[in-house]
Amino acid sequence: MANRIPRVPVREQDPKVRATNFEEVCYGYDGDEAVAEAGRCLNCRNPRCVGACPVHVSIPEFIAKVAGGDFAGAAATIARDSSLPSVCGRVCPQESQCEGSCVLGIKQEPVAIGKLERFVGDWAIAHAGEAPAEKPARNGKRVAVVGSGPAGLACASDLAKAGYEVKIFEALHKVGGVLVYGIPEFRLPKEAIVAKEVEAVKRLGVEIETDVVIGRTMTVDDLLDHEGYDAVFVGSGAGLPRFMGIEGENLNGVFSANEFLTRANLMHAFDDKSDTPIIAGRKAVVVGGGNVAMDAVRTAKRLGAEAVIMYRRSEAELPARVEEVHHAKEEGVEFRMLTNPVRILADEAGWVKGLECVEMELGEPDESGRRSPRVKEGSEFTVDCDVVIMALGTSPNPLIKSTTKGLDTNRRGCIVADETGRTSREGVFAGGDAVTGAATVILAMGAGRKAARAIDEYLSAK
Amino acid sequence: MFEIVSKRVLSPAITEMKVHAPRVAASAKPGQFVIVRVDEEGERIPLTICDYDPEAGTVTIVTQTVGYSSGKINALEKGDSFADFAGPLGRPSDLLDLTEEELKKRRVLFVAGGVGTAPVYPQAKWLHEHGVTPDVIIGAKTNDLFTYVEEMKKVANVHLATDDGSEGFHGMVTGLMEQLIEKEGREFDSCVIIGPMIMMKFAARQAARYGLPTMVSLNALMVDGTGMCGACRVSVGGETKFTCVDGPEFDGALVDFDEAMRRQNMYRNHPKNHHEPDKECKCNG
Repeated sequence: MANRIPRVPVREQDPKVRATNFEEVCYGYDGDEAVAEAGRCLNCRNPRCVGACPVHVSIPEFIAKVAGGDFAGAAATIARDSSLPSVCGRVCPQESQCEGSCVLGIKQEPVAIGKLERFVGDWAIAHAGEAPAEKPARNGKRVAVVGSGPAGLACASDLAKAGYEVKIFEALHKVGGVLVYGIPEFRLPKEAIVAKEVEAVKRLGVEIETDVVIGRTMTVDDLLDHEGYDAVFVGSGAGLPRFMGIEGENLNGVFSANEFLTRANLMHAFDDKSDTPIIAGRKAVVVGGGNVAMDAVRTAKRLGAEAVIMYRRSEAELPARVEEVHHAKEEGVEFRMLTNPVRILADEAGWVKGLECVEMELGEPDESGRRSPRVKEGSEFTVDCDVVIMALGTSPNPLIKSTTKGLDTNRRGCIVADETGRTSREGVFAGGDAVTGAATVILAMGAGRKAARAIDEYLSAK
Repeated sequence: MFEIVSKRVLSPAITEMKVHAPRVAASAKPGQFVIVRVDEEGERIPLTICDYDPEAGTVTIVTQTVGYSSGKINALEKGDSFADFAGPLGRPSDLLDLTEEELKKRRVLFVAGGVGTAPVYPQAKWLHEHGVTPDVIIGAKTNDLFTYVEEMKKVANVHLATDDGSEGFHGMVTGLMEQLIEKEGREFDSCVIIGPMIMMKFAARQAARYGLPTMVSLNALMVDGTGMCGACRVSVGGETKFTCVDGPEFDGALVDFDEAMRRQNMYRNHPKNHHEPDKECKCNG
């Protein structure tokens, strides 16, 4: 029986070694390992994994092709629904999506769908050079894409395939959005993976201009009225960091996770050759429990700091991917659960010297079903540290909202768009974190693709 | 790449460069800034826009060497290029919100210190183009260190102050403010102060004595410059603001300058800032 075979383990860098470098943690499957793991799939008649995938990748179909050694076929199958398999295979929360609903997972470990997707994506990247560049015939219509993150890249590539002339405008100096400034190298290699995915989009004829801040350098109105674009897709992400609003947050040594990660990832501050400085301190406390918190704490660890995660709920509620939590622990990150900072303490020079904290306990589940944390009376205590990193989530950047006529946003500053990406402003579509608030790469990618279809319909009818 | 089309050395540590950046030049307004990166290894550095020419597609920046990265910028020559030159960023000066009628009634006193003179220039020039000739105090340690005085004289009534008395008023800009307002009885309705943080702190305090509302332009540390990192946060009236998107100009009476100065020096002793780290500007303190 296929389901008696244990899950093929994936090779990883030794935790002690990798806690001192920025190279990728997980090596992924080789061809033999992938074929063996693919053989475990039961090819269910009603595959629950497909329903649990935000973009409904035909999972059993691609896995069957991997099992049969047809890697190109597997890549083509995934490409019908996902344009970033190498990325999603690495960063999707599989345990709460495809793998979380795998039938095998009831009695043993689910099929390693994420690792197989990654294998197929990487295989396709390695063999991309063999396929001749196919630039589709142009239909004469032009679309501008704001932001080169997962939503923008996916939208641009689908539109280019449909014959549109597409140009992406990126505010930063590097292309990839959160894939380059947010997710660290040790989880998602920039040159080997992200740059290759970007090249693939460029091969379709998509132009990319960096250093253009839409809302400042040009507005969405400029793009439509003066630059000759027929439609605009806004995939500007959710880049604004939140802080707690506690005393001492502006002390030297307090950073948003965004700043800390941007210095490390986008600016390569961990490298002596880079001019950009970064301070991880002697002991860094990262406040938060999501993937960004894990990325920040593991980056601090790699920079030589004693690294601590501080989260107000318990480990069961950590929103981060299980694999990241596991990796962080292996690397020696300390987890302080049910703890919340109430004040940041300063030394005489205005630098962080500690955190005043309280212990928390979980109450009854609230409307969201999550048990809400409450302060244990009289539990105040102090944690010694010299760096504090706030990883409390992000919200959309108001630059586009505030400079675009007739573009509705909601209370949280997110652009209001229907499920196809259509906004209140004619000709303007939006998707990804700019619409949903901080979410996942795969949802953003899916939203970009849906919007590409809606833009195609809109411009075809025009 | 963004080519440097001209370079002028204004003083040993200060240079002016005109950079070919047509998109920035087309949208720039007084009060805004750009983020530049010299090369692939370079930091992202915010610099206030000092002038812009949409027709020529150029933007003028003035940089003072204070650390490793600003030194690297000043070592560039005409014909060299910046790897990146993004902007215009930040909110334009509040003066731009006024109608022509309102503008005509305004009596703005600009107070510029050191390298802050150049960023005052586009605001003074803009007012001049709208029929108002503002008064501009320019302060420097000694007259060799004056920059942008000739340019400024074309658009404003210029009052000079030097710490050593080598030219103009002998003393700090705060003393010259006192001279103009108290002794000469000149009337102003607001004050725009741009210069070193310490000078802005004391000039804002001086202006408050005369009941003048002030705007100061902060040059905080930044990474992205678009609201993403929060490195540039500053306390204004007890609220945390981001200099890059909420500023760079804030009400000088409300800014916590001591915190802003402490935050500005966060990386001063970092090993990467391998460059005379302890030269604090004393021109107006």
